[in-house]
Amino acid sequence: MKRYFGRKLLIYLLTFFLAVTIDWMIPRFMPGDPVSNMLTRTSVNSNAYEVMYDYYSHVFGLDVPVWQQYLNFWASLFRGDLGISTYLFPTPVTEVLLRAVPYDIALLVPAILVGWYAGNKFGAFAARSKWLDNTISPLGYILTATPYMWLGILLAWFLGIVVGIFPIAGAYSFSLAPSFSWKFIGSVLHHWFLPFVSLLLVEFGGWAIGMRNLIIYELEADYSKYLQSLGATNKLIRNYAFNNAVLPQITGLALKLGVIVAGALVTEVVFSYPGIGYLLLQAIQNQDYFLIQGCFLFIIIGVLLANFIIDILYIIVDPRTRRGMMGEAS
Amino acid sequence: MSLKVENLTVYYQTLRGDVQALEDVSFEIADGEIMGLAGESGCGKTTLAHSLIYLSPPMKYVKGSVQLDGRNLPVERMQDMVSFRCNDISIIPQYAMNALNPIRKIGKMIEELVEAKKMDFEAIKPELLRRLDLVKLPREVLDMYPIELSGGMKQRMVMVISTILNPSLLIADEVTSALDVASQKAVAEMLVEFRDQDCTNSMIVVTHDISILYQIADSIMIMYAGQLAEKASTKTIINSPRHPYTKMLISSLPEIGVKYTDKRLEGIPGKPPLLLDPPIGCRFRERCPLAFDKCEEVPPFIEIEENHFVACWKETEDLA
Repeated sequence: MKRYFGRKLLIYLLTFFLAVTIDWMIPRFMPGDPVSNMLTRTSVNSNAYEVMYDYYSHVFGLDVPVWQQYLNFWASLFRGDLGISTYLFPTPVTEVLLRAVPYDIALLVPAILVGWYAGNKFGAFAARSKWLDNTISPLGYILTATPYMWLGILLAWFLGIVVGIFPIAGAYSFSLAPSFSWKFIGSVLHHWFLPFVSLLLVEFGGWAIGMRNLIIYELEADYSKYLQSLGATNKLIRNYAFNNAVLPQITGLALKLGVIVAGALVTEVVFSYPGIGYLLLQAIQNQDYFLIQGCFLFIIIGVLLANFIIDILYIIVDPRTRRGMMGEAS
Repeated sequence: MSLKVENLTVYYQTLRGDVQALEDVSFEIADGEIMGLAGESGCGKTTLAHSLIYLSPPMKYVKGSVQLDGRNLPVERMQDMVSFRCNDISIIPQYAMNALNPIRKIGKMIEELVEAKKMDFEAIKPELLRRLDLVKLPREVLDMYPIELSGGMKQRMVMVISTILNPSLLIADEVTSALDVASQKAVAEMLVEFRDQDCTNSMIVVTHDISILYQIADSIMIMYAGQLAEKASTKTIINSPRHPYTKMLISSLPEIGVKYTDKRLEGIPGKPPLLLDPPIGCRFRERCPLAFDKCEEVPPFIEIEENHFVACWKETEDLA
């Protein structure tokens, strides 16, 4: 047990190191640099430009050799300092991210979990009924093949503009300031609904199709046939099939939850929803090295954490992993 | 009379037409009889075994009736068979190694199976433990997952599960095929033990290994291309077979004490016919050295001596 987790931990640390290094490199491969981008935006006059350029380069630590920038990056990362956003100067990146994360969680966690649960239940149900399988499964294929943004745009156009019952942009009404009032919470929910539904529909379709195929495969498995020839009830056979089929779905769920912070990029862009996806797009457009790094760091941590949790969860739900692990330890 | 099958005909539905895998099969099994069912690959042994308990698509019931202990078995109706399965007729499947749900403890699985059949697991448990001793499995296996058992252990576990409700008829489908010779013998002896201890009344042992049948079976039934060829006591089939196919089949088996370096072991020339469009009459006709005009009619499966049935015009012409 100890050895198993020790080895896992080592692999995770190594992955973290590599991923963060790549995360640091990617923005620096982009042409241009954040300081000139920032100065162009504020249209500084040409006399002051050079002075200000040198000043800001120094402030952001971009005036030292690349290898030193890399070391400085790790040093400040260990102090919990992700730098200062150039795009939202002078707000620290950590603060920008923390402001966006609640929106992501509120949007994605329910959409993914509800979609997963309902999709799996429904897929398992559809696999038993020829009639449902012939009508709803094609719908599932269409839903899961639909690009998020297209479905989002359709929903926004229909429910937001044609019918006009839902707002199409922002996380809350622009006329309100954030507060703990019913009016504000109502506005947040109102704005949350469309992006939530567009994500939910696509998630639901994907899980339902996957589960349907897995169940059909499990019902053909030898253990199912054996139970059938022993005259077990259909309920028991389906239960067993479901328990076996849900295992790969759990892995899929974990990976989905891991990329939660980036997952809904397009949805957030379509609905101008201020989550990390939306922030990442802004950061890239403004060459904000530090904000891009921060966003990716969140994704990296999310994916690794989700994988780790699933490793543990698998030990609980699948006896084969558990026994395999014990055999390894002895 | 334990089992009585009359004119059972079962086809496989395919896109190219019906494969006539089982044609007009009639036979009986006495109480306590272990009947070996032998024949080459594709002759319909497994089809016959499965159609008695689990006749599912692409198998198609055409005609015939099956009686078990005087009661009619509704083999053609999947749902009506549910209450008979395991209780009255049971099977040890060919795939016994994979027959257990990989993510349930074996004991738990048996409990859920028994309870799904509306029976009390606690009442059955003492007998279950006794049966485990009988097949020499430690009682701890009930607390294990299938992955922790070896192939042979899984095989024996399935034997126990299949007979836990004391069925009247047990079908053992190729139970020894995947085992080494030592385990084969052990499993074969356990099957006899199961019958002797009344875990099951009678038994059909499906195999292509006649030497196993020689050790355990009371009688042997030989099939060829979906038809019955011969049924008689094991001794008679081995020592004095009457059907030309049985004769050739038995003579192609190696004998102990004979060296085959000089003499080549003889096979049967030719191939079995395709059952999608089988020849009319006796299906062995084309490979039979004794075939004559009469063989274009289907030979009846007739009792020529007591408990010795043959389907061959050469043997039955005078009787028919």
